[in-house]
Amino acid sequence: MEIKLNDMRGIERAWEPGLTQVPYWLYNDQPIYRTEQQRLFQGPTWNYLCLEADIREPGDYRTTFVGDTPVIVVRDDEGEVQAFENRCAHRGALIALKDSGKAQDFTCVYHAWSYDLQGNLKGVAFEQGVNGMGGMPPDFCKEEHGPRKLRTATVAGLVFGSFDDDVPSIEEYLGDEVLEKIERVLPKPVEVLGRFKQTIPNNWKLYMENVKDSYHASLLHVFFTTFRINRLSQKGGVIISETGAHHISWSKVDHQAQESSEYNAEKLRSDKEGYALADPTLLDGCDEFGDGITLQILSVFPGFVIAQIQNTLAIRQILPVGTGKTVLNWTYIGFTDDSPQLRRMRLKQLNLTGPAGFISMEDGAVGGFVQRGIAGAENEKAVLEMGGDSIETQDNRTTEASVRGFWNAYRGYMEI
Amino acid sequence: MSAFTQERLTALNAAYARCIDNDELEQLGDFFLDQCLYLVTTTDNYAAALQAGIVYADTRAMLQDRVMAMRDANIYEEQRYRHIIGAPVLLEQKGNTAKAESPFIVVRIMRDGGTEVFATGRYIDSIVAQPDHPLKFAERIVVCDSCNIDTLLVIPL
Repeated sequence: MEIKLNDMRGIERAWEPGLTQVPYWLYNDQPIYRTEQQRLFQGPTWNYLCLEADIREPGDYRTTFVGDTPVIVVRDDEGEVQAFENRCAHRGALIALKDSGKAQDFTCVYHAWSYDLQGNLKGVAFEQGVNGMGGMPPDFCKEEHGPRKLRTATVAGLVFGSFDDDVPSIEEYLGDEVLEKIERVLPKPVEVLGRFKQTIPNNWKLYMENVKDSYHASLLHVFFTTFRINRLSQKGGVIISETGAHHISWSKVDHQAQESSEYNAEKLRSDKEGYALADPTLLDGCDEFGDGITLQILSVFPGFVIAQIQNTLAIRQILPVGTGKTVLNWTYIGFTDDSPQLRRMRLKQLNLTGPAGFISMEDGAVGGFVQRGIAGAENEKAVLEMGGDSIETQDNRTTEASVRGFWNAYRGYMEI
Repeated sequence: MSAFTQERLTALNAAYARCIDNDELEQLGDFFLDQCLYLVTTTDNYAAALQAGIVYADTRAMLQDRVMAMRDANIYEEQRYRHIIGAPVLLEQKGNTAKAESPFIVVRIMRDGGTEVFATGRYIDSIVAQPDHPLKFAERIVVCDSCNIDTLLVIPL
């Protein structure tokens, strides 16, 4: 019997208009993955590259990624932040092989083509040949070859880059509210306290959705609720940027909060009587920004998160590595003027976040639960109707509005 | 005779590994002084003297809280470890305190049978000997070779 290729594909790639249903084929489709690289990560978006504190002096560089594309970010001799692909113009090899360093120029190890700190091709080994033999053709023009350059911009000590020359300014891209909330947690020079990576077994979009999903926080992360750090019934809300691309989820804690009847009715496993920390100094903190906000999760489309949880500050760079794998680059930060007491509080409270975090370890696994759960269900759909169908800012967190916002921005950039 | 013989250091590591791998974590705190430091970090962070860990406990009670959270609060898929701890090296001895280092491999066994090397690294320890007591950790710094944690870390290394 003849089997046609079309029959074998057999998977319908349909997606109804709207934001309340997300078909599962989006999470493991190779053509979608490549299109995301082009239209989102290399499209008119801003992608987090590093901290300004990582590249203080001319020649200081870090290697990173925009989506899955390797990038070098470096401070040049004029003190400007430059970024360009970590890809030699000759054969495509990585130019820089370390996570960070200091360089006067970059030389590819393969055939020693060299680049200045702006990413311009400056040297081609044996360009004139040897003893009059070989060499590049006389019309070879170094200016016409080089790794693609990114636009760069800095906001409150964060360095962002874009492959798109027509991307709006970073201020316009973020909008006033997001900008203000970034500046709220980064009001002064920062110091890196630690760097960790975490590989999670799922599509990058599942992780970003989870970051933006304020509905799950106190349901999945029961350490939070057990110790009254976060409750949906507390004061808090979700701020969503105009197109839904970026979001801020925030809350204030009231340690004297009344028992909430909704919670009691749900009989949450979090409400264990008599559960107390043997060493409550874990949660000792102070109101360092002076506004009583103890939680601020902020995401910038497509793959940046900065989260304040009490006195912890952590940056997450979300990097897709194929359709079913994502790497999180965690950077834990404090401020250069931290008192020893405050620093110690940060180190203890960092138990809350990261790959082993009391209120974040579940996020490393839950995307994998979805990725495995949707196997063979390409045409089935996720439901995103909590809190209606809008992507508007809301003064409660029992909503999936900011997840819908993600999909609104996604559909816009992807033209899908 | 020294309190820090190779035999005693090895027995300490063996008992520690057995406690974790046999899921007797409620006894993990017994290996530590009341005021202690249990830190999980990476070679890169350790070399750069970056202080933050992915697990940071500076009291035995805090370590017990982590075990309590693991039992009652945190959500994760069923998993177990198998520790293989290499020969300890005694680096320094001053009075009743010694610095020692031991290499380790931790294999993680998931509920579906998946068995993978989860972490390798070295324990950098400060160990205290008290009369009529087993050796205890004043510090156990878990320095993982890799900068990357797969999925999540819930059971102490």
